[in-house]
Amino acid sequence: MSQLLEVSGVSVSFDGFKAINNLSFSIGEAEMRAIIGPNGAGKTTFMDIVTGKTKPNAGTVLWGEMSRNLIGMNEAKIARIGVGRKFQRPTVFEDQSVFDNLMMAVKNTRAPWSVLFFKPKFKDIAKVEELASEIGLSDQLKRKSGELSHGQKQWLEIGMLLAQDPRLLLVDEPAAGMTLAEREHTTDILKRTAKTRAVVVVEHDMEFVRRLECKVTVLHEGSVLAEGSLDHVTANPQVIEVYLGR
Amino acid sequence: MIFKTSGRLAALLCALALAHGTAALAQDGAPTQTETPPQASEAPGEAPGATASAAMPALSPIQSLLQANRDLIEAASRRTIQPAIDALATSGLPQAQSVLEKWQAREMWQRDSDGLFFYAEEVDRDTLRIFDFSTGEPLGDMPEDDFTQLKPNSGIRGLMGAALVSFQLNSDDPAVRGAALAGIERDGDASHLAPLRSVLDKDMDAANRARAERLERLLTVRFGESDAERVEAIGYFNGDLGVDARAALNPLVATTLRVGTTLPEGGNVARTLKVGSDALPRLEAYALLVDNDLAPPLLTVADNRAALEANIVDGQVGGIAVADLDSDETRARAYAALAAEGTVPLAATPDEIDTILDGFTFYETFAEPSALVTDAASDALTGIGTKVGFNQFLDLSLDGLSLASIYFLAAIGLAITFGVMGVINMAHGEFIMMGAYTGYVVQQIIPDYTLSLIVAIPAAFAVTFAAGVAMERLIIRWLYNRPLETLLSTFGVSIALQQLAKNIFGTQARPLTSPSWLDGSFQLNDVVGISYIRIAIFVLALIFLGIFLFIMKKTRLGLETRAVTQNPRMAASMGINPDRVNMLTFGLGSGIAGIAGVAIGLYAKVTSELGADYIVQSFMTVVVGGVGNIWGTLLGATMIGFLQKGIEWFNPANTLAAQTYMIIFIIIFIQFRPRGIIALKGRAAGD
Amino acid sequence: MQNTFFAKNPSILIFIGLLALFTLFVTVGSEATGMGFISTSFVKTLGKTLCLCLIALAMDLVWGYIGILSLGHFAFFGLGGYMIGMWLMYERTRDIVMGSLMNAALPPTPTEIRDAIGGQIFGVVGSNQFPAVWAFAHSLPLQLILVVLVPGLLALVFGWLAFRSRVTGVYLSILTQAMTLALSLYLYQNESGLRGNNGLSGLQNLPHLDAVPQSLISIWFFWASALALALGYLLCAWVVSGKFGSVIRGIRDDEQRVRFMGYSVEGYKLFVFVLTAVIAGIAGALYYPQAGIINPGEMAPIASIYLAVWVAIGGRGRLYGAVLGAAFVSLVSTWFTGGQVPSIPLGFYTVDWVDWWLVLLGLSFVLVTLFAPQGIGGLVDLIAGKLAPNRHGAPLGPDQGSLREEEAEK
Repeated sequence: MSQLLEVSGVSVSFDGFKAINNLSFSIGEAEMRAIIGPNGAGKTTFMDIVTGKTKPNAGTVLWGEMSRNLIGMNEAKIARIGVGRKFQRPTVFEDQSVFDNLMMAVKNTRAPWSVLFFKPKFKDIAKVEELASEIGLSDQLKRKSGELSHGQKQWLEIGMLLAQDPRLLLVDEPAAGMTLAEREHTTDILKRTAKTRAVVVVEHDMEFVRRLECKVTVLHEGSVLAEGSLDHVTANPQVIEVYLGR
Repeated sequence: MIFKTSGRLAALLCALALAHGTAALAQDGAPTQTETPPQASEAPGEAPGATASAAMPALSPIQSLLQANRDLIEAASRRTIQPAIDALATSGLPQAQSVLEKWQAREMWQRDSDGLFFYAEEVDRDTLRIFDFSTGEPLGDMPEDDFTQLKPNSGIRGLMGAALVSFQLNSDDPAVRGAALAGIERDGDASHLAPLRSVLDKDMDAANRARAERLERLLTVRFGESDAERVEAIGYFNGDLGVDARAALNPLVATTLRVGTTLPEGGNVARTLKVGSDALPRLEAYALLVDNDLAPPLLTVADNRAALEANIVDGQVGGIAVADLDSDETRARAYAALAAEGTVPLAATPDEIDTILDGFTFYETFAEPSALVTDAASDALTGIGTKVGFNQFLDLSLDGLSLASIYFLAAIGLAITFGVMGVINMAHGEFIMMGAYTGYVVQQIIPDYTLSLIVAIPAAFAVTFAAGVAMERLIIRWLYNRPLETLLSTFGVSIALQQLAKNIFGTQARPLTSPSWLDGSFQLNDVVGISYIRIAIFVLALIFLGIFLFIMKKTRLGLETRAVTQNPRMAASMGINPDRVNMLTFGLGSGIAGIAGVAIGLYAKVTSELGADYIVQSFMTVVVGGVGNIWGTLLGATMIGFLQKGIEWFNPANTLAAQTYMIIFIIIFIQFRPRGIIALKGRAAGD
Repeated sequence: MQNTFFAKNPSILIFIGLLALFTLFVTVGSEATGMGFISTSFVKTLGKTLCLCLIALAMDLVWGYIGILSLGHFAFFGLGGYMIGMWLMYERTRDIVMGSLMNAALPPTPTEIRDAIGGQIFGVVGSNQFPAVWAFAHSLPLQLILVVLVPGLLALVFGWLAFRSRVTGVYLSILTQAMTLALSLYLYQNESGLRGNNGLSGLQNLPHLDAVPQSLISIWFFWASALALALGYLLCAWVVSGKFGSVIRGIRDDEQRVRFMGYSVEGYKLFVFVLTAVIAGIAGALYYPQAGIINPGEMAPIASIYLAVWVAIGGRGRLYGAVLGAAFVSLVSTWFTGGQVPSIPLGFYTVDWVDWWLVLLGLSFVLVTLFAPQGIGGLVDLIAGKLAPNRHGAPLGPDQGSLREEEAEK
């Protein structure tokens, strides 16, 4: 199976502190992966590198069939070729309606000039409505997203991510602050998504990870400590030591 | 001795005789000259009655000496006078110097009746107060008609000057010698050379000797007799920074533009010029020809116009209708037609210029005929130029350094409020202004400048500290984390404070006078110098840097400030009161701005716009240096200061342009280092 | 589409309607076209105010909508003024010069005309040569193109440099301020070719129209300004409605998020920056013929900060707020500084408003920022009963993006 994303030998340091140290990681199409690790393991920095926010000191990030190197591309370009990212903190545009938020995200040409003359076509509206029903916000479309609950905002953000139609989703702690029911719903959405796309979930919550039923990568001090099923990695003595201390 | 006494007696007699009126005077007179030839006549040997006064009894030695040379003195001419001057100079008489001085100053008069010489002051138009040379005592007021003023011409005065210089140089008093040397330094000429040389052999104090040696060489450069001697003297000045050396050398290499059909034989030609080059544009070359009557003048547009206007006949000029004369081409044709008729003189047209110019050679000659000397001089000047350039660079660096310290002073308060706390305070400039005005007010109360400065610094700190704390409490603390709103509201404070200052102190600049020990400047050589006040500002900047580092690194407040700015919640949970810390830190930054205001006020005039002039530069300094790092601010100030001076050096006349280009440079600089010279890296930098 | 556009934004029609009514009122009241109870100088003041409203619109677009607090838009305003001023001055001087040259014995040559005009215009800076920047001054269409092109190009170059290096927030504000300072310092030099600190003057006299009284010219300019404001309002409203508006407000609130959605934030910023610079240039080109004189002092950084003040007082993030703010503050300012406000005798001191107006403005600005961040526009919300739904926490400020978490969680 050809890999969608291949990160190899990536290192990055901030003022001498090595946040990522010779990290290698790869994920195929239509695959779900969970990344866990203690604080400071480099999870967020890893996502920053893939999405172009941080430039690594060394290494390559290869993408897709053409094996294009993502390093050196800007964030917007990486997003346009199919990498979507959801932040830990829900960041939706709070003074705009749910509809506007989703419409902004729907995959369409992104150049300023065409956006200026953009008129939503029927299929765009249909797409927004479809997504809204998927994230359970169908009757909230006209509300300002700032008025939504925390969980709804998380969903809205996932919805916006899906609207971008990415091939790879990077999801940072999607379940933070959700009720149990909301978590289950989130898990469903993610699992369904992973049938057609690659999904990388960064999560602290082991229960949530277990429910995702996917391969797990454990990061520690900027490199991969262990990889495999959740049961496999949790049995790893190194992982136990890292998580629980001596 | 006897002579002297008798001289005095004679003077007494004269004085007595004066009491009887002028008629008595005539009695003891020798044959008088009825006709005094015009003084300063160049024609020698015209003096009548030359032998008259040979045997005057009871004359003072100096008078005798003068009488002995009476012919020469009366018929003074540059060529013949030297023996008389020499006689005076070598006589060893104490009055000889005074005679020469008075003579030179045209204060020596000769009595027509007996040919005796006196010096005199004009009391009024018709009356002279006569003094005796030998005693220096007044002999009374007498009518001017009886005396003839000796009016030596400039050539003679020069000779006398040289003789006088010799007197002064040989004086035992170093001060007199110094004065003589100063006189030569001011206005030396060829005649000074000999006395200078003669005095060099003698004992002299070291300072005056050095001056004399230097002067001797300078004069040799200009007036030396042989080329070899001059070239040698020039060699001494290679790499010399003195203005006097350049003043002596520059005329040697001065050139005059000349024109001729061929290059002259034997002239000291500096270079030949190509017509049409930058050094000699075509029109200038042609103008030179016209000046030398080598070519007819070029027809100017105005001349052409005037000529045409004067020759309008029946609405036509030279067969062309007036209405058509609205282009240079038709006007030229009309003029040519007139010229063909002979109505107007022929004039060169632009096409002819080139042919005419081709016939001539343009070249520059040195005023100095000797090529050896000019070569040596230009070599020496090149050497001096390099060294002057190096020293100018040094001077410029000092200027840059002092400008940098001013920017640093203005920005250091910002480095605290903006750099450390992240609060953008547009009223920072007005705090600087408040500090300056505080200094001004203190000076009104305490007239002693030194004392008032000592009081003003803490007072300015107190005032602006209070203002800063008040502003933090009332405005800024409500707006933390909303930088743009902070910017706008502090801008509101800024315009209010500025207008308030205008209302209180008026719009005109108020002086903040520095104590006298800060006046003047430290002069390294003729090129490099720096005023004490700038040194003081530099020192002050260093002190502030120290204070800042001390407070931030060594004190509780600094620790708490860093804690609060990095993580206010964590700091609060550890028992630090963030409100208090923010308040104090902001007050501190503002207080430092106040002190900076006093320093800047000493250097610039205190106006209500003082702060506004510095605010953009201050922010630039902090931003260019890198926010949150005092060393960055220091580097930023250094860079901006040096840069501005550097740009000014390229275009000294235009400081506005320097500022413009500097800002553009900074905008471009930010492209390459968006976070400043010393950038916080990694996550701490945030977005 | 027209229907839906206006239907979605009823405030546009209200605004245009009110503007039309106001224009009608001034026309009826003016000396040239009506009953004359509005003096010509006041018509000019009103016309100028409309131009200031137009640039305030541009400022609102760039600050209130995309979140760039530009302290440089008055530079573009001034540039627009300079561009039209060059033509006005050239053409008017040409009229005068031709008048005198035509009386001479010989008809003038083109060089003579040019030199004479140059001498008239640049005599004050000791020159009679036309600098290169005046190359198009003889042609109205070319200078009109420059009105748009020069501010646009400057904004394009500056914006490209600034946005490319991701300078944001306060840093960007300071950088724009520096740009303005550099430009005004540059124009202060005689070498800049725009008459140094003398600036361009006599702009109120339209060339070839000596017969037309100022009262009529003033009302023409008033109409032109009103038309420009209406068109500008329509354009801005159209830009901020729809998806483009969503994106730029998104950039204001969280530009990183917008970037991760695949929008090139820099491109949008540049687009809006240049667009608003062009609007500012047009506003300036209408303003300065009414003001009669332009000099580099007009472009000092402080002018641009005042612009921000107007928009903030009016209420940023809403177009009519910007217009209200500009009109209100500049008219009140004219009223105060014109000496028409009675002084307040306090016994020991008399408050003369000419001196104290700036203090009042500064302080009231602080108060607005602290207590009424929505500005005058907030009043409209109150009146309309359209209070923002209770979302806990402070209102949404454009500068820091969306609500801060702790506020939203309350």
